[in-house]
Amino acid sequence: MSPRVRTPIILGSSLQGGNWVCVSIDFWSFFFSSWISWFLSSKGNEYFCEVEEDFILDRFNLTGLNNEVANYPQALDLITDQLDDDIQDEFRGSLDVQARLLYGLIHARWIVTARGLAKMLEKYKRAEFGRCPRVLCQQQPLLPVGLTDIPYEKSVKLYCGRCEDLYSPKSSRHGSIDGAYFGTTFPHLLFLVYPTLIPPKSGPADLGPLSTAAGASSSGAGAIAGELARSRRRQKEEAPMIAEGGGEDINTANVALKAERYRPKIYGFQVNEIAKLQRWQEAMRDRQVKRLEEMETQGAT
Amino acid sequence: MDPSQAEFEEEAISGTGEGDENMEGVEEQDDGYTSSTPTSTLTWISWFCSLPGHEYFCEVTEDFIEDDFNLTGLNTMVPFWKEAMEMVLDVEPDEDASKIPDVSIVESSAEMLYGLVHQRYILTRPGLQSMVEKYEAGIFGSCPRVYCAGCNVVPCGRSDLPGLDTVKLFCPNCNDIYVPPSSRFQGVDGAFFGTTFAHLFFQTYRELSPAPFWRASTPSGASLSPRSSTGSMSRSSTSPGTFFNPNPHGGQKRAAGYVYVPRIYGFKVSERAKSGPRMQWLRLRPENADELDMVDWRGRWIDDDDGYDEEEEEEMEDKRMEDFDPDAADDDDDDDEEEEEEEVQEISGSMRHALEMPVGQSARTNPTVPRALEGLGGGRLRMVRQWAPSRHVEVQG
Repeated sequence: MSPRVRTPIILGSSLQGGNWVCVSIDFWSFFFSSWISWFLSSKGNEYFCEVEEDFILDRFNLTGLNNEVANYPQALDLITDQLDDDIQDEFRGSLDVQARLLYGLIHARWIVTARGLAKMLEKYKRAEFGRCPRVLCQQQPLLPVGLTDIPYEKSVKLYCGRCEDLYSPKSSRHGSIDGAYFGTTFPHLLFLVYPTLIPPKSGPADLGPLSTAAGASSSGAGAIAGELARSRRRQKEEAPMIAEGGGEDINTANVALKAERYRPKIYGFQVNEIAKLQRWQEAMRDRQVKRLEEMETQGAT
Repeated sequence: MDPSQAEFEEEAISGTGEGDENMEGVEEQDDGYTSSTPTSTLTWISWFCSLPGHEYFCEVTEDFIEDDFNLTGLNTMVPFWKEAMEMVLDVEPDEDASKIPDVSIVESSAEMLYGLVHQRYILTRPGLQSMVEKYEAGIFGSCPRVYCAGCNVVPCGRSDLPGLDTVKLFCPNCNDIYVPPSSRFQGVDGAFFGTTFAHLFFQTYRELSPAPFWRASTPSGASLSPRSSTGSMSRSSTSPGTFFNPNPHGGQKRAAGYVYVPRIYGFKVSERAKSGPRMQWLRLRPENADELDMVDWRGRWIDDDDGYDEEEEEEMEDKRMEDFDPDAADDDDDDDEEEEEEEVQEISGSMRHALEMPVGQSARTNPTVPRALEGLGGGRLRMVRQWAPSRHVEVQG
């Protein structure tokens, strides 16, 4: 890897912080060994994970991206820290935008690979994407998702595995990230690959190894029906590596019945029209549960 | 201040000071508390409402607080009742107020008192009025759920008793409650808004409340919706601008009804997968109001019979039409065309109701399949009158 020499002007503008303008180049390269680590550590990019260099250097993984990104070769060089140092400053500024776009699009492909999923899983367990704002989801950690895979269309949204719905990020600096940098597939593939991580529909959020301390203290409080099954599942997760697949014994046919829901009331009485809608929705739910359980028994025999 | 007024005030305060728990004594006095607002430009109430984190509160009128009837029962819940009352109403405190160890205790009592009065005030007409102004100004924020499309929310408590839970936000579109986005609302008690307010609010302002049914208005929206939108029901709900809910007590606003459909590489995740969708029912709405009546009060489908016999239904329908049209038997031969058309319309109206049930059910078992039979319920039903005594119903799909 060639040593990076950057002018302090670029450094200051790209870090968006006055404090950093005066620091020396050596200091910069000490903290940020590469463009990627600089990108990941800058404010607002907390949702991104590190794409391994091997993945970027394999041109097959980048198929088609040269049509999406202007100045593709230089942007790629910038990401991989191989950009010539004699490039003009003005050009470097615009190249930075292209490099971000390129990194985002590579990121969308990376996080649906086995290693990418594992990296995002670690971030999910640390709840780095935030927690579900829905009260009855009890602080369930979220996962980033796009509404489209085409860049410059929709900003990133957050998917809750418990209520299976989408929420907008709380902070505006996350609300402006392009959803295409995460793609429409990622959270659903994650739960497809790791079925043991599908969140329970009731009880406190439980995320296995990284949150065992919190999980253990909360498990003592609630005598929930699914508690035993979940603690069993947690023990399984505590194995050094979380196994992909598995969970053959998991049956999600009737999990929806455990989901809590809010019931609006006026002086303790349910609101007529809402209660009617909720009855209808629950009848729809029961119909699906019945259908899934029938499929389950058919599959078992 | 007028000296005589001051004297009266002092008398009033000393009268209540005999016992905090003695509410009767207070009630017997007319206008037990007199405010002294003219002396300061900023009242305690408006100061309190302007504090960071108190944006959701509206200003309770002093008239309301001064009416003891409105405070019934609160004196047992609030410590240092008299002092808290003085603070809220900006009454000059008693000279011999030496029994209070710390002014911060009174401050928290005043906050509790104001919060609990606020809970009651926002259920009154002027209270609702000042809350709707805040609502329309977007002060309570909007729903974080993406497909609620920025529907404004209202503050909501999960309990009417203080000290149990912080304030939450109720979205009328998804009928769900959310944690406020900012941590500065973590210190606001949910009881200060109460469990009833949010729902009484949307009962009062029905035009702000989304209707419980929804139909995709554009074909492009169908890809986002788990339900197909191929329906041809020509109810007024399809054309924009003229939305109406047949239930006069229900929400009169067009709902934002899209439900998220998870996809992997562009393909819907099947419900057969362990990770498949399980919660879409939570956000789902029927396409029209009549479908809501297909579930009885116990939450069971009415006429949920899988081995449905179409012919039997048609026969039944014939009978029902005779009941519906009492003068069918003595029809004149000279009926002019206008009248006949009118009747066709009426009958199709009544038939729609009956025929839609099996149609709706068959379509719902597999929402991804386009509703081929939708035309049945789509008002394209025609009744052809014949001279024979028995009637014949023709259905054009």
